[in-house]
Amino acid sequence: MILSFLIFWPLFASLIAFALPAKNARTIALAASVVELLASLYVVSLFERTAATQFVMDIPWIPSLGITFTAGIDGISLLLVLLTTVLVPLIILFSFVSNVERPANFYGLVLMMQMALIGVFTALDGFLFYLFWELALIPIYFICLIWGGENRVRITIKFFIYTLAGSLLMLVALVYVYYQTPDMHSFAIQALYSAGRALPATEQALIFWGMFMAFAIKMPVFPFHTWQPDTYTAAPTEGTMLLSCIMLKMGLYGVIRWLLPLVPTGVHEWGMTAVILSVIGIVYASCIAIVQKDYKRLIAYSSIAHVGLIAAGIFTLSRIGIQGALIQMVSHGVVVFGLFAIIGLIEERTKTRQLSELGGIRNVAPILAAVFTVVMLGTLALPFTSGFVGEFLLINSLFQYHAILGAVGGLTIILGAVYMLRSFKQAMLGETNTVTATFPDLTNREKLILFPIVILVILIGVHPDPLLHISESAVDNLVVLISDYSASIK
Amino acid sequence: MNALLVICGLGFVSLLAEIINVKKGLTAFIAIGLLAAGVLIIMDWDTSLHYFSDMLIFNNFAIAFSALIIIISIFWFWMAKDFFGAKAHQTDRSILVVFTIAGGIIMVSFSNMAMLFLGIEILSISLYVLAGSSKDKLSSNEAALKYFIMGSFATGFLLMGIALIYGATGSFNIITISQHISSHTNELPGFLYGGIALMLIGIAFKISAVPFHFWAPDVYSGAPTTITAFMSTVVKIAAIGAFYRLFSFCFLPVQSSWLIILQVITVLTLIVANVTAVYQVNVKRILAYSSVGHVGYILLAFVSNSATSEGTIFYYLVSYSITSIGAFTVLSLVEANTGSTSLESFNGLYKRSPFLTTVMTIIMLSLAGIPPLAGFFAKYMVFNQALDHGYVGLVIVAVVTSLIGVYYYFKIFGAMFFGEAEGNQLSIPFFSKLLLIILTALTLLIGIFPDLLISLFEIR
Repeated sequence: MILSFLIFWPLFASLIAFALPAKNARTIALAASVVELLASLYVVSLFERTAATQFVMDIPWIPSLGITFTAGIDGISLLLVLLTTVLVPLIILFSFVSNVERPANFYGLVLMMQMALIGVFTALDGFLFYLFWELALIPIYFICLIWGGENRVRITIKFFIYTLAGSLLMLVALVYVYYQTPDMHSFAIQALYSAGRALPATEQALIFWGMFMAFAIKMPVFPFHTWQPDTYTAAPTEGTMLLSCIMLKMGLYGVIRWLLPLVPTGVHEWGMTAVILSVIGIVYASCIAIVQKDYKRLIAYSSIAHVGLIAAGIFTLSRIGIQGALIQMVSHGVVVFGLFAIIGLIEERTKTRQLSELGGIRNVAPILAAVFTVVMLGTLALPFTSGFVGEFLLINSLFQYHAILGAVGGLTIILGAVYMLRSFKQAMLGETNTVTATFPDLTNREKLILFPIVILVILIGVHPDPLLHISESAVDNLVVLISDYSASIK
Repeated sequence: MNALLVICGLGFVSLLAEIINVKKGLTAFIAIGLLAAGVLIIMDWDTSLHYFSDMLIFNNFAIAFSALIIIISIFWFWMAKDFFGAKAHQTDRSILVVFTIAGGIIMVSFSNMAMLFLGIEILSISLYVLAGSSKDKLSSNEAALKYFIMGSFATGFLLMGIALIYGATGSFNIITISQHISSHTNELPGFLYGGIALMLIGIAFKISAVPFHFWAPDVYSGAPTTITAFMSTVVKIAAIGAFYRLFSFCFLPVQSSWLIILQVITVLTLIVANVTAVYQVNVKRILAYSSVGHVGYILLAFVSNSATSEGTIFYYLVSYSITSIGAFTVLSLVEANTGSTSLESFNGLYKRSPFLTTVMTIIMLSLAGIPPLAGFFAKYMVFNQALDHGYVGLVIVAVVTSLIGVYYYFKIFGAMFFGEAEGNQLSIPFFSKLLLIILTALTLLIGIFPDLLISLFEIR
């Protein structure tokens, strides 16, 4: 019951936001997203830390095609649901600063997006998963198209077609597995799992690539990333936040839930390739980030690098790799929100994102600089910040998987320090110039947005146990599911 | 059957109305009459009655397609009420449209080649005139002439094919023909296949499948927008229905002789129509090519499962025609405001009319096949069925062409949301607004609850 509330409440709120006069829209959106946050906290309080899927809802939907509306929450889902419900109110709050035009449509789309995201993270029916997956794409497309920056028509259509191409491949793969299920075919996740693992190795490899393309484009993993920097740059700050903080987690979550247990043999065969691509992405994107002049673009590339590490960790198929990936997904969401928020504020005040035009902001805005420092240290995975736990586990798993890949992947720490510190120095330190001389410090409302982020960055860094415990047994279960089967094949 | 009589009756009433000069309320009368016909046809469900010595058989296939034709026609009358404006020729136009509908119903319920021919001719001849109904516009005249010449050729092919098949099997009745073919597998004369090929060409003209589609974009863009809407929905349903009846009910035993040809036609239709649509700068032409493209998906459903794909095809046609009527309604409202159907006339529509923009967005998303709208589910069922029967290659072609489709449908978004607003605010009459709301709601409803329609045909 509570789960159907979690899924449908944002949809309901979105329709209200569309329908009511524009001036109330933002208040309604904020209130609705806070209610959603409280509901998700209530779910956390009810959650039992076992591997079982809880709060299951199961409604017949299209019986003639074996499609049911099945959703449920286990530890893995819960972390991502929580990430969504925590960040969406903050994103809405952030939009108060930039004062978007046509607020009714904007908030309606943001809330619709939230519904789709929660749906993706909880769906337990292949068709339903695909449906929510696509549904998440539509609001963000319109957010980027309507409120975006330069060249948005061209960039958003590239983004849309790129991601749609991936999703259609996923759909074809899912339908293929669906037809392998016993008569009266079914899209139920367990039926798909058992049908998928029974396939011969060559077909598993094809299914692997079909699904992997969809997820790799969404994350994005090198070489499927070319849509990402342009889209992140052209999108409005709120859109960039939705894309980078939450939406890219859809790809990672998809790998964990819908790829690894579905075709374990295919994963074992091609996992190495996926790891290598991810590791190439880490180094490649970091190097490009170093030479970026636009701050938002720099963070966009850094995001590719971080996601590369998470993806590599997942494809090591080890317990610490996946656990590290999950905690890093949460941490990345929080940290990247902070980074984009700060860049958004800087752009709002100085009308520029060019590093060369900024400088000396710390002199005039010490609080903002302090917040930035904490968030940046979180990105750099300094001990006692949120990034450390995840990155430590991920690099550890990568080393156990393959020493050389581990070493190359580990470069992310050094390269990350290079581009983050360099850009921090250019923007924050040094002399103030004409652009930044009149830079006001954080207002109370902005503090309200950024202080929770700072607290989260430190809290997760110091005391990650609660989060790790939530997903622990579900991940154990998953690892057994993957390795058991492949052992019997050999 | 009673529905057909009611519709023919409506035609005669319109003829009389011309003579006795009663024009007021004629359109409303026809709409109510169609509604009655719709009720009558639905009451016949599960009866499968034969009429005129088996020349017409109203089985569930015929009833479903006839009901769809009637319902879409009612929506069409709703959208096209200005077409029957006070300006004159109101009765002429009504007569032609009503007889087109009657011809369509005969086409989806025929069981005899003579009836097929009769249905196609009743429908086509009325349409030739309707395409030219904007008498003072050169493009409309051109469309009528082009349509007439190409259509006559197609009819010629069709008639020749019927004659050859009669020569080979000795019957006009499709069930007898089918039985004759299956019982004389080894002694079929070669000209039977010639006849099938000729009929295939003739009917491919009517459903505008590539490479017999050249008339379609010109006629669609030349004819008045309301008539284009009629041609790309009601007429298309009738033509596809006739095609399915002919090839699934009658020529299925010799499937091997035409399946390859049809597969080639399918691939060509998918690729040529969708690729050409990308280069169009006129929304009416985009919709014309898109309607040819959608025929490709319907053909994909048919070639992958020629015996029992009627459920999938019916669902596809329902979703396609509802969204198409919606798209043409929006287009005609924009045309009335700006006097043009070019892509520029949609520029800044977001600022000029948020309502129309929202409706057009949902409709375009549905036509592009984005979930959870009807168009997505229609495509999904086609792909699903094709994969089930092992047509992975064709599905991949169709997936690629739907991606191309996204590009040209989304070009309209670019204009609506991004283009500089030209022209004034659009005021939309309540009547049209209500129609658009109903169509949008239907698009969502049958997209989210497809079982409402799928269960009709028990496709599994």
